[in-house]
Amino acid sequence: MAAGPMKMRATLMGGVTDVRVLMTHPMETEQQTKGAPYFIQNVTVKVNGKTVVEGQISQAVSRNPVFSFRLKGGAKGDKIEVSWLDNKGESNKTEAAVA
Amino acid sequence: MNVVRRLLLVRAGAAALALGLLAPIRALAAWSKDAFAAKKADDALKSLGASGAEPSKDIVIEAPQIAENGAVVPIEIASTVPGTTSIAVLIEKNPYPLAGKFDFMEGALPFVKLNVKMAETSEVRVVASAGGKHYVATREIKVTIGGCGG
Repeated sequence: MAAGPMKMRATLMGGVTDVRVLMTHPMETEQQTKGAPYFIQNVTVKVNGKTVVEGQISQAVSRNPVFSFRLKGGAKGDKIEVSWLDNKGESNKTEAAVA
Repeated sequence: MNVVRRLLLVRAGAAALALGLLAPIRALAAWSKDAFAAKKADDALKSLGASGAEPSKDIVIEAPQIAENGAVVPIEIASTVPGTTSIAVLIEKNPYPLAGKFDFMEGALPFVKLNVKMAETSEVRVVASAGGKHYVATREIKVTIGGCGG
């Protein structure tokens, strides 16, 4: 299985924006691949172009990672961008407006 | 000192300053290789510069008590320690305990929910950093079928 598309939803509720994002990625461990793990290392969340979360993750994150993040305040229409970079240098990103 | 030489020196100084300012920005996008390669949670935390954390009730870990499938264990973490800027998640008994580290900047709440793989029943340790101090909470999750070998 190769890395693929992403899905994201950003919802404003009670003054907090809830961002849920799904990444298509095998996230293979060292044991599964006999020493050549294949996994996302960096996850970045931006709001209107400004970085708000910088995540570093390991091969211990499950296949097809799903993350939730929460943003203080925000407004409907704010542009959320989530991107990832894996240990083979592949990357992907997705955008959504806060609803 | 002639004018050209002085100008060159000024430019060199400005360039050095610019490099110095840019370095931490580049470091942000990096991946803490040594911490992720550590085989003990304490070593991973030492590598992250987050040793000596004191227990805190202001870190909430939501997770199942028993995970039937170690390949997908949902963990939700929230810190109400004032000024939390970073959260690290470690699974003590995984081959490489550090599962993730999240840095939160202005605009984000110190909260993350993710799914992790657990090799076996283990303590999950969460370390939150705020104002140069570190705080820790732990939680045991029992695993029926391990999720690392696949």
